[in-house]
This record gives sequence, C-alpha cells and structure tokens, in this order.
Amino acid sequence: MHEEAHVMSTRMYYGIWITLMVLTVVTAAVSFIDLGPFNTVVALCIATVKALLVVLFFMHVKYASEKLTKLVIASAIFFLILLLSLSMIDYLTRYLA
Amino acid sequence: MATAAVSAERETYLNKEYGIRSWLLTTDHKRIALLYLASITLFFFIGGFFALLIRLELLTPAGDLVLADTYNKLFTMHGQIMVFFFLIPSIPAVLGNFLVPMMIGAKDLALPRINLLSWYLYIAGGALMLYAMVEGGVDTGWTFYTPFSTAFSNTHVVEAGLAIFIAGFSSILTGLNFVVTIHRMRAPGMTWSRLPLFIWAHYATSIIQLLGTPVLAITLVLVVLERTLHLGIFDPNLGGDPLLFQHLFWFYSHPAVYIMILPAMGVVSEVLACFSRKRIFGYAAVAMSSIGIAVIGFIVWAHHMFVAGISLYAALVFSILSYLVAVPSAIKVFNWTATLYKGSISFATPMLYALGFIGLFTIGGLTGLFLAALGIDVHVTDTYFVIAHFHYIMVGGAVMGYMAGLHFWWPKITGRMYPEWWGRLAALIVFVGFNLTFFPQFILGYMGMPRRYWEYPPEFQILNVMSTAGSTILAVGYLLPMVYFMWSLRYGKVVGDNPWGAAGLEWKTSSPPPTFNFDETPEVTWEAYNYDQIPVPEEAWLE
Amino acid sequence: MSNSAVETDSHAAHGPELLHHFVTAEQQRNTASLAMWLFLATEVMFFGGMFCAYLIYRYWYYNEFAAGSRSLNIWLGTVNTVVLIGSSLTVALGVRAAQMGKRKLLVVLLLLTLLLGLVFLGVKGVEWHDKYVEHHIPGASFSVADLVREYPQLHIDQSHAQIFFSLYFAMTGMHALHMVIGVGLFIYLTIKAWKGTYGPQYYTPVELGGLYWHFVDIIWIYLFPLLYLIDRKPLK
Repeated sequence: MHEEAHVMSTRMYYGIWITLMVLTVVTAAVSFIDLGPFNTVVALCIATVKALLVVLFFMHVKYASEKLTKLVIASAIFFLILLLSLSMIDYLTRYLA
Repeated sequence: MATAAVSAERETYLNKEYGIRSWLLTTDHKRIALLYLASITLFFFIGGFFALLIRLELLTPAGDLVLADTYNKLFTMHGQIMVFFFLIPSIPAVLGNFLVPMMIGAKDLALPRINLLSWYLYIAGGALMLYAMVEGGVDTGWTFYTPFSTAFSNTHVVEAGLAIFIAGFSSILTGLNFVVTIHRMRAPGMTWSRLPLFIWAHYATSIIQLLGTPVLAITLVLVVLERTLHLGIFDPNLGGDPLLFQHLFWFYSHPAVYIMILPAMGVVSEVLACFSRKRIFGYAAVAMSSIGIAVIGFIVWAHHMFVAGISLYAALVFSILSYLVAVPSAIKVFNWTATLYKGSISFATPMLYALGFIGLFTIGGLTGLFLAALGIDVHVTDTYFVIAHFHYIMVGGAVMGYMAGLHFWWPKITGRMYPEWWGRLAALIVFVGFNLTFFPQFILGYMGMPRRYWEYPPEFQILNVMSTAGSTILAVGYLLPMVYFMWSLRYGKVVGDNPWGAAGLEWKTSSPPPTFNFDETPEVTWEAYNYDQIPVPEEAWLE
Repeated sequence: MSNSAVETDSHAAHGPELLHHFVTAEQQRNTASLAMWLFLATEVMFFGGMFCAYLIYRYWYYNEFAAGSRSLNIWLGTVNTVVLIGSSLTVALGVRAAQMGKRKLLVVLLLLTLLLGLVFLGVKGVEWHDKYVEHHIPGASFSVADLVREYPQLHIDQSHAQIFFSLYFAMTGMHALHMVIGVGLFIYLTIKAWKGTYGPQYYTPVELGGLYWHFVDIIWIYLFPLLYLIDRKPLK
C-alpha cells in the first residue's frame, strides 16, 4: 500500500482538482452542443477521464499501490463490462425483425 | 508430535474458555466454524423437511395433501432455504472457516471480527427467513420472477427478499475474508504453487461471492422497492421488462451454483489424494480450472432463460458459452481419475463420498450439457429433467462433498473419530437413496412432467413413488451421521495429530488444535501432497 | 504535533496495536488496504446492477429518458459535482496531513470533507423536493403531462417516463445512502483525529475512509452525465 510512504505534493493535488473542475464545466457545456450520437461518447469519455484521475491520484493508485490493487480494480471493471455487454447482446438483437 | 494423551490438560480451542459468551463473542475462526455448523445443520433439516412434504404430496397424482398455493410455498421455501441458508454457506463457512488459516499456516483469518459479523448476518437473515415462513411463507419459487413477485404475489416476498439480502452480505464478507487471508497470511514458504487445492477452490469461490452476490443484492433491493414504493422498473404496465429481472437475478444465481460446487471439488481433491496416497495428478490444471470455472461461470447465465423471451441470437451465444464451462469441470474429473490410477486406495467413509461425488457430479454435469443444447432445452426446460440435473450436482455433488469433508476433518475438529462402519453404511444409504430419488426424475422430465406442479397425470405415478421412496431412504442416510457424530463426541476414539496420515499443515498440529493453531509458525519447504514422505498410519479404520 | 491539552492516543506516535494474528504492522496495514479495495469492487458490482438497468431502458426509451433528463436542474447537478470533487480534494489533502503528522490540519480537512458531503445531501434534498412538486416521483400521483407539453417533438409515453424517474430515484437514492454512511464515518474519523489517534505511524483508517469517499465520488462522476446530460441540445 504505502511501501515507500510516497507523499504527494499539494501542488499535484490542486492540479488534479483544477483539471477535474475544468472537465466538469466542459462536460456540462458540451451537452448543449449538438454532436449527434457523439454527445454520449464525449460525456462518457470525460467522465472516465475524471474517474481515472481520482483513482490514479487521489486514491494513490499510480504512485503507491501494489499490482494486486490494480488487479482488483481491473477485475471489478471487467466483470461490470461483462454484465453490461452480455445483457445488451439480448436487448440489441431482440427485435431485429 | 503430541500423542493421544489426556487432552483435558492440553489447551485447545475448545477448552480455552467456557461459557456462552466465549462462543457468541468469539473471534476464533474455529469456533465460528462450529457456530456455522450448528446453524447450517438446522437449516438443512428445515429445508429437508419441506422436501419430504413435497415428495409426500407427489406420491399420488391428485393434489390431495396440501392446497396448490401451499405447494407453491413448499417448493419455494425448500429452494430458498437450501440454496441460500445451506448450500451457499456450507463448505466455506464450516470447513473453509476452520481450515483455510490452518492450511496456509496462519493463526486466524485476516479479519476475525468481520468473520464473526458474517455469522451474525447469517443468523439475522436466517431469523428473518424463518419469520417469513412462520408468517405464511413465500410462493414465488426460489427464483422470485417478476412481475409475479413484485405485483401479484400476496405472500411475504419483502421479508424473504430482505432475509436473502442480509445472508448475501454474510457471503460477501466470508469471500472477502478468504481472499485477503490467502493473499496476506500465508506462512513462510507457503507459495501459491504449494497451496492445497482446497485453498485454490475456496479462492475461486470467494471471487464469485465477492463479484456476483452484490448484483443479487441490488436486484432484491429493486424488487423490495417495487413492491413497497411502487418504484416500478420490472413492471410491464410501465414498459418494464420482466426479463431484466431474470438477467440480473441469474447473473448472480448462475455463478452461485459454482459457489456451491467449487468448495466440494476442493474437498474431493484433498480426500482423493489422501486415500490414494498420491499427489493429485495435474495440480496446476486442477488449480487453474477452479479459477476458470469461476470466471467462465459468469458468462453463461442466460441459459436459464432460453425460453423466457431472449433473442435467438443471445440464446445461441449463451449456449456456446455454456459448453465452454464444462471444460474445466471435465479437466478436474480427468485429473481425479488419473490420481486414482495406480494409487493405494482405501475405502474410508470420506473416500466413499468423494468417489460418489465424481460419479454423480459427472452425470449431473453431462445432463447440464443436454440442457445447454437449445433444441433439447425447449423440450425439457421447466420439467423434472432440470430438477434431476441440478439435484445430481447439488446433492450428489455438493452435499456429498460436504459429507466427505465433515468426515475427513471431524477427527481434526473434535479430536474424536466417528464410528467408521456406521459412516460407510450411511454413505451407502445416501448413495442408494439419492439415486432412487433423483434418477426417475430424469425420466419423468423427459416424459414431460413439469416442475412446480402439485398434481400430475396418472401415468407418471410409478416413477414418483420410486422417487418418494428414495427420499425417505435418503433422509435416513442423513439422519445417521447426526446421531453418530453426536455419539462420537463422547464415545468416539481419541485421535492424535494425523489419524489419516494426510498431507497438509492442518495435520501437523494437535487434534483438536490449540487456539492459535500452531505452537510455532510453520516454515514450508515441501510441495503439496507429499505422500511419498508421509508414512501410512496404522489405525484400524483404514482396513 | 499533538496538543498536550488534548488526550493523545498512543497510535499516532507508536503505531497501531498489533493484532495477535499478524506478524508485522505492515502486514496488518496491507491486509486492511486489500480488504477495502475488495469491498469497493463489490460496490462496483452493486451499483453496476442499476447501471445495467439504466443502459437497457435508455436504449429502449431514449426519448423519455431525454425528457426526464431535461427536467433535472443542470445547475444544481453541476454544483453538486463541483462540491463532491472538492470534498475528494479535501480528503486527499487530509490523508496527506495525517502522513505528515499535522493533526489540526487533518481535523480541519476531515471536517471540510464531511461538511461538503452535507452540502451535497442538502442540494440533493432540494432537487428531490422539486421532483415532488412537479409530480415526478413514481407512484400514485406521478404525471409527466408537463414534459409531454414542453417537448411534443419527443413523443413521450408517460409510463416509460416513469421508468426513468424510478431509476433516477433508485440510483441517486442509493448514492445518497452511501453518502450518509460516509458522513457518519467521517464524523467518527474527525473525532478520532481530534484526539490525536492518527499520525505518520498510523493513519490507515483515514486512508481507507478516503478510499470509500473517493469511490462514492466516482459513482457520482458517472451519474451526473448519465442522468443530467442525456440530451440538452436545442430542440428543433
């Protein structure tokens, strides 16, 4: 967990925070622009970037975590994707006719 | 090496402290295992009682013992209690709790207080379930399908749903505890490749408990919200999809069946190795196949929904994936068989159960492949064929694995040996009773008898009578161990550290073990199943 | 470091009490950390079930979801997102303060975190009240006649719209419940921090509490676009 007791600088924390703020404003603003189907894509991409910033920096995964932690995170995401995608296989193909 | 001396003088986890507080507030994984043993046994017999009532009703074609609505409640309660309050916890909560720390050379599980919390959650869920039963029961089937469970059933769906939600948390915390323990608490030298296969099995089981159970939890919450606050998302009147419930329900409940079988497979590996005096053939394959079953088990769930209304394309995908999950199971069966080859076999009671497991699990598993074939499934789904299939795996497989484990580790847990000939007799009675109960059900299902029906056409009676007769024999087979296990606590032969001459760290400490398991932390320098280095014991029960 | 006027817990200076079944303090720490991460994995799957339901119904009833989304107050949603991200900053800085032994700073940051959490819950309460006034709460008095009037181009089916709002309340409700639990947790941490329990030798509960809090923040990071930003473009 914190084998090296890596203490992040306040500058880095504030930097990440500013980035998250900017992305929040951007995602809200972009939603008013018509990008067709890409509105959803952009919104989810921004959300994912924000989530990654929180996980990697605020939750210390980038600088102070074991491989096992990363494996746990990856597994959770993987199984969630299994749930979503395999369910959608049914819904996307149900009313093809 | 401690001898079978006067155990009253030696401190064990049983005599360290007396009094009910020392049991109800214990954090010792071994005591918690016994707390679970008592409560799980109670639920087993309650669930079994419902089964006997079902079989009694089905003795005659007419619905003449109970009302149709009551019959619905009987099979629902039988299923819910057996699945959630017996099978899911059974081996992990009893044998896993007792043995996981010992097998890896640790003093306790990583999170002992969470372990106790797990048991209390189980008891709370169990109490709520009993309350729901006493208040009139539930009639939705153990599967709670909507919209019947959310909009039409007049029974105690909310209480039962919440009871299972609470018990689910117990299961999640047990899984969490095992994963953390296996990662963090292994003794020096106990590398991953030296772990007993029982540990690998419980690791795989724990992954399923961790990642699958929460989906059941949220699904039950949504059902309760729909029933109480009318927050409808499964309601067809609102455009809701009843199949969404089924997708979410089976996303957990299919992997749940692997929660039930994987630990039993772990037991079988240990027992088979000991009573063949050989290492398990293909250790890595068996270990990896446990993980494989856990992962692949998550991507096959909609094979429970082939005729429910999913798209044909989805059905094809899930059918193919379901064939895939049979592969790691088959790998285990082949490896176990290879283990037996040229082994020095002895037929102690645990071995009888383990051998029975291999045969009956194979039958159950192969009939699963029948069901995975869409063409066959259309005809036999929701018939007794399915019931026979899963009882072969759950009872012929999981319960026999549990019995094998109970008998194998009983001397370690209690310091006493059960009477071996009674053990073998009970095993035989169980085997005969089981097959007589459930084999006719394959035929009944194939002939078209639907499940969950309280009456049936007269031409099905003979097979039903056979099945009911079998169930009474099976009941005797399960009652016998109750009696002789209790008897053994007072009159059973006192044993030493390793009556079976088995491999594994748990056999290197006294029976029953001291509170902190080992007098000194073991340092492991040998591979698992080093039977070439362990002498055959001279005890009489191996004749 | 620790104020002599306040009762000081020994943990801050000497490390945590080593539980009997652990060999080293590091093993104990790593165990707690792994346990929390695994718990968060279970929470991903717990919320995941609702995200699955959301995905399916949004696919089926896009127009009703779009209308329902438009009826949510985007300004309050954005404010709440900003508040929650701010609280993640304060808790991250709090963990750092504990690592560096700055007791007073830690207490201030923990308090700020939980106050921001309360602000979030307050705003959520306002939003839910708005939904109540607009008859958008599923149940006997549910009605989206207002949305039908306002967005004729979307051809809304009222019953399908109810599914959006059911999911809205289920998802934000479950999130709010987790926030409430988080606030309770942070009250406990603040009190312990005030007593000087945490310092460079021992700040595991602060770190684990932080992990939980960040997770709840991440759930909101996804809920915000999925609920509030489905379709805000100008309608023709």
